[in-house]
Amino acid sequence: MPELTTKILSNYFGVDKAWTYDFYVGHGGYETAKKVLSSMEPDAVTEEVKTSGLRGRGGAGFPTGLKWSFLAKPEGKPRYLCINADESEPGTFKDRQIMEWDPHMLIEGMIISSFALGVHTAFVYIRGEFHLPEVHLSQAVEECYAKGVLGKDVLGTGYALDIVVHRGAGAYICGEETALLESLEGKRGYPRLKPPFPAVEGLFGCPTIINNVESIANIPWILANGGEAYKGFGTEKSPGTRLYCVSGHVNRPGVYEAELGIPLMTLINEHAGGVRGGKKLKAVIPGGSSTPVLTPEQCADLTLCYEGVAAAGSMLGSGGVIVMDEDTDMVKVLVNLLRFYSHESCGQCSPCREGTGWLYKTMKNLLYGKGEAGELAKIEDIASNMENRTVCPLAAAATMPTRSYLKHFRLEFEAYLKQMELAGQR
Amino acid sequence: MKKEYPAEVQARFEAAVAKYPHKKAATLTCLWIAQETDGHVTLEAMEYIADLLEIPVTHIYAVVGFYSMYTTKPLGKYHIQVCHTLSCELMGAEGIIDHLKQRLGINVGETTPDGLFTLSGVECLASCGTAPMCQINRAYYENLTPEIVDQILDQLRKEATVHA
Ligand SMILES: Cc1cc2nc3c(=O)[nH]c(=O)nc-3n(C[C@H](O)[C@H](O)[C@H](O)COP(=O)(O)O)c2cc1C
Ligand code: SF4
Ligand code: FES
Repeated sequence: MPELTTKILSNYFGVDKAWTYDFYVGHGGYETAKKVLSSMEPDAVTEEVKTSGLRGRGGAGFPTGLKWSFLAKPEGKPRYLCINADESEPGTFKDRQIMEWDPHMLIEGMIISSFALGVHTAFVYIRGEFHLPEVHLSQAVEECYAKGVLGKDVLGTGYALDIVVHRGAGAYICGEETALLESLEGKRGYPRLKPPFPAVEGLFGCPTIINNVESIANIPWILANGGEAYKGFGTEKSPGTRLYCVSGHVNRPGVYEAELGIPLMTLINEHAGGVRGGKKLKAVIPGGSSTPVLTPEQCADLTLCYEGVAAAGSMLGSGGVIVMDEDTDMVKVLVNLLRFYSHESCGQCSPCREGTGWLYKTMKNLLYGKGEAGELAKIEDIASNMENRTVCPLAAAATMPTRSYLKHFRLEFEAYLKQMELAGQR
Repeated sequence: MKKEYPAEVQARFEAAVAKYPHKKAATLTCLWIAQETDGHVTLEAMEYIADLLEIPVTHIYAVVGFYSMYTTKPLGKYHIQVCHTLSCELMGAEGIIDHLKQRLGINVGETTPDGLFTLSGVECLASCGTAPMCQINRAYYENLTPEIVDQILDQLRKEATVHA
């Protein structure tokens, strides 16, 4: 049987004590950081990351090295690195594994990244609900200070770096990078208008890079083995591996590391053990709940890479693959998601605040037989009025999936309408 | 009256302020310390933090209102938060919530009369691969079934009588 997984990030997931300093150093940990900090120029590190083609794992897939090269470097202002560990996109549960099992890998990634960016204070914004991941990460940070891996003289190289773990308090929107900055500054998580982009004016008004946990966890491997070697995995436009999170109606839900570009059906059938109870597949959300849903026909030849999923009209997003079997009621699914988005809208822009609420209420009425004729057209109308009129992409994160459910599973929505009309005549 | 905290709690507040380049940035961390110490965020605590960080207390009110994990009302000793987002719903979260409602004799959002349990529905807790799940205080309980829920409740009740 061929090797099902290619491992860069998940080698020590599930291994007892893998989160400790002794374990990490015993397996070659911090060697790469030491080598990089004592023998490379910061810009050369950024170049290596550019060569690797690494793309952000938080959702948008922006090339990491390119993002770093946009960082403004004005005299006399500090620069910051913020790690996005908010992990709140429904269907996503991978960053948590990194922090629980291998937090030192993230810290080593942060050391190398901070060095490349000229950062001396880096933050990890961790969602408030996470307990074990926070405990393991905070312990790891403390161990690093005790061992001289963090602080005034990182690994004896003379480089200074502090890492602050910042705990959020429950708000999906704080995963959006500018809301995250507001929250770090001690405020409500209201997204900011861009520009200015964080790379120019970010945390406390200073140039800031925001990256996802998984993105930065790749950095030690890339610097140890070279950007070219990293490109040996994955596809041309999507190099490397990903931590795919499979949930829903499968036999073995979980986090699976595999190369970018593996067929979706291989992930579902071989890694995750296939659809539960021998049922037929009905639908798959490929990249977290904000990405458009796909039908079995679309899934058949789909490869999981940025370009492959985009060609099918959806997005690779956060790597959260949600599988639904033939018994799933798609109207109920959409109602569930719309409740989420209306609950999580920060309320700053009226098209989003009101629109997500209307979408939720209208769909719920349909589900409970209280809707009216013309309801589906109304939904599409509300959606159009929400798009491109808001500060951040949350509104689109609600409307894009909505459109996809109506498009691919129209008959089911119409059946609810029909039922309602019949009930009305009685 | 001005709120006073024991020395070790004061030290935690001061350490929080020292972590950030600007005092205001310590708002969330200070609110966590207050909530952990007092069980919920009190008006006096908000005034204390506003003083400490030299910011208007209205700013603190706004922050407390914005984040779902801060509570200004006392909760039960065990706060059971069941995830009801998609992956959990697909795997039976509704049945788990119904079972809890029936076993505890309360609705979502309520606390049992003995003050032991508060039941809430919450959005995705990044544990979708082990759905359905809930968080009780800070611990995650995963792959729930009604039987497992019963065992957990029994266990917590026992724990509560031992500590009482
Ligand atoms: C509503 C919303 C929620 C988001 N939530 C997260 C999140 O929980 N974690 C994350 O890493 N990125 C999240 N993002 C993406 C971030 O804004 C940002 O693009 C990302 O952290 C950048 O890191 P990367 O380039 O390494 O992917 C979210 C974006 C939006 C619009
Ligand atoms: S689009 Fe929604 S979540 Fe984003 S800033 Fe506007 S109201 Fe807030
Ligand atoms: S949907 Fe329940 S933990 Fe993610």
